[in-house]
Amino acid sequence: MLNYLVRRVLVMIPTLLVISALIFVIIQLPEGDYLTTYIAELESQGESVSKEKIAFLRQQYGLDKSLPEQYFTWLFGMFQGDFGYSFEYDLPVSDVVGDRLLLSFVVSFATILFTWVVAFPIGVYSATHQYSWADHGLTFIGFLGLATPNFLLALVLLYIANIYFGTSIGGLMDPQYVAQPMSFGKFVSVLEHLWVPVLVIGTSGTAGMIRRLRANLLDELQKQYVVTGRAKGLPRMRLLVKYPLRMALNPFVADIGNLLPQVISGAAIVSVVLSLPTTGPMMLTALRSQDMYLAGSFLMFLSMLTVVGMFLSDLALAVLDPRIRLQGGTRR
Amino acid sequence: MSGANGAGPAMEHYVSPEPFDPHSIEALTPEQERYYMASQWRMMWWRLKRHHLAVASGAILMVMYLSVAVSEVLAPYELHTRNTDYIYAPPQELHFFHEGDFIGPFVYGLRYKLNMENLRREYTEDTSQVYPLRFFCSGDPYRFWGAAEGRFHLVCPAEGGAMFLLGTDRLGRDILSRIIYGSRISLTIGLVGICISFLLGITLGGLAGYYGGLVDDIVQRLIEIIRSFPELPLWMALSAALPVTWSPIGVFLGITVILGLIDWTGLARAVRSKLLALREEDFCTAAVLMGARPSRVIGRHLLPNFMSHLIASATLSIPSMILGETALSFLGLGLRPPITSWGVLLNEAQNINVVALYPWLMLPVVPVIVAVLAFNFFGDGLRDAADPYKTA
Repeated sequence: MLNYLVRRVLVMIPTLLVISALIFVIIQLPEGDYLTTYIAELESQGESVSKEKIAFLRQQYGLDKSLPEQYFTWLFGMFQGDFGYSFEYDLPVSDVVGDRLLLSFVVSFATILFTWVVAFPIGVYSATHQYSWADHGLTFIGFLGLATPNFLLALVLLYIANIYFGTSIGGLMDPQYVAQPMSFGKFVSVLEHLWVPVLVIGTSGTAGMIRRLRANLLDELQKQYVVTGRAKGLPRMRLLVKYPLRMALNPFVADIGNLLPQVISGAAIVSVVLSLPTTGPMMLTALRSQDMYLAGSFLMFLSMLTVVGMFLSDLALAVLDPRIRLQGGTRR
Repeated sequence: MSGANGAGPAMEHYVSPEPFDPHSIEALTPEQERYYMASQWRMMWWRLKRHHLAVASGAILMVMYLSVAVSEVLAPYELHTRNTDYIYAPPQELHFFHEGDFIGPFVYGLRYKLNMENLRREYTEDTSQVYPLRFFCSGDPYRFWGAAEGRFHLVCPAEGGAMFLLGTDRLGRDILSRIIYGSRISLTIGLVGICISFLLGITLGGLAGYYGGLVDDIVQRLIEIIRSFPELPLWMALSAALPVTWSPIGVFLGITVILGLIDWTGLARAVRSKLLALREEDFCTAAVLMGARPSRVIGRHLLPNFMSHLIASATLSIPSMILGETALSFLGLGLRPPITSWGVLLNEAQNINVVALYPWLMLPVVPVIVAVLAFNFFGDGLRDAADPYKTA
């Protein structure tokens, strides 16, 4: 087990390094840098910018250095918790990002929890009642969830929530709680607002999860040991829970790896629509204004969240399934 | 035996007078012959035919793609026609009977009033005005595929009347026509994108599976890295990197390439795992011994073994591309007007006011859902049909 763990961690490090390099390249791709955007903006307002000031700014933000130099500065800074400087907000990235990351994490976590809680009973029911009306209906709803663009569903649900439940529009809490410290009221308010994004982001993942669980459980249910169990008179429920369900659970855990990028992707666009104080909307504006360190840090954080999530799911899988532990490879 | 020692009566011996054909038992009925001699693709078609949902979805997709070829003729209005008298007009109802008389499909005129209290535009049906639709008629001029000029439409509003079956947007443009035009971009983007990802997936997956070893390791790591990026933020970052100065067509191509670049990993994995198993087969060794180059061994001997399967799984990943483009355009990072796709249309439905006041602006989502569902069902059916180990 320790062996496996060490190997898995060793694979993770170069992965993260390559990801960071890729992200750096991607955020450098647009022509020009934040300063050119900034200067263009000033000039369009009729202000002139002196050459010296530009040079000074360029030097201060380290934009005059060569690209590899900039990259390594950024990379080593990250190890020390310094994620660079956000041009637009005139603050260190970590100060800008702080809360939003936490909320992003909360939303993602809640969504995964939701996916599990919903997909599990439905998947089991669909498999044990194959081809029943409920099975067909649930499958169809699942497909519909898969096919509807998240952002539109978000808009409609937000509208419904506002009309029928009086939830305030936008944000993750009622306006009066925004700058407040954590309290019971704030907590409740967050819960009231959380369900819309969670439901919206969760739909597509839930549909996929139900389909996989159903397929796996169906495979297991056809095996000989189930027949044997039934023949010797095990109660249905006990038979189901004791063996086939446990076998079918494996992909459930393994799926976090697939689910996480999906959830984070979904969260990005849904939070733009719902104007949640998470990473999505800020990343969008950062990308637009070429606030490169801010955008890059967001991308890096999101990827890190995914990689670590995958690592955890591999770990959980190894604990659950000795075959994986002993072979020692990563999940293929 | 008893006959041999002459004790019992001679056994009755019967010989059939019919001509004897030793192969008669194994001979196949014409039906069986047809079945056993059928090519792989033909068998796939038979199996697919039994999958009604898949066939229906395939038909829907075919209609949609055919409509793409003649969007200009199908749409009652031109893409950019502005009807300034009808801004944010709601969908008109299609009637057949006027005061009890049948006069074919027609719409009533719209009466417009600006509500001075909340400044909302209010439209009411004016049942005194009857505008029968015209069919095979001459209407808005257009340039067919940007080249030939024409005025011929399948259906047009009555002379002097208007027809907005799905309402109009903030410039008074007909939503129905825009959806029809939008399908041209939205549906092709998936196809072009999948071609890119197909090529990449087969090449890289093929190399990894055929050579194994170091190449395999590199490709595998690459796949893992790409998969650990959350898709949408990565798409967002990449499409934000497209230069603003590019022409809309350039942006269109750029977006397709971006969609394809991220999507190939699943296919590559499938190709790799199949090739790993197949390259050990005798026919592969034979081909190598006869001096075939790797590209020929892969392309000619190995890939055809599971090509049908690959195509099926490619079909299943088109929907994610359509949805991806829709999402990007919705955020304003994807395609830009004047190029019109369903996502660009949905960009107008970005805030909650739209849901409350002009819900018909969200209608472009319907073809998105239909196309995605159809691709999913069709792909599922295709995959089942392509499975060579399933008995028909």
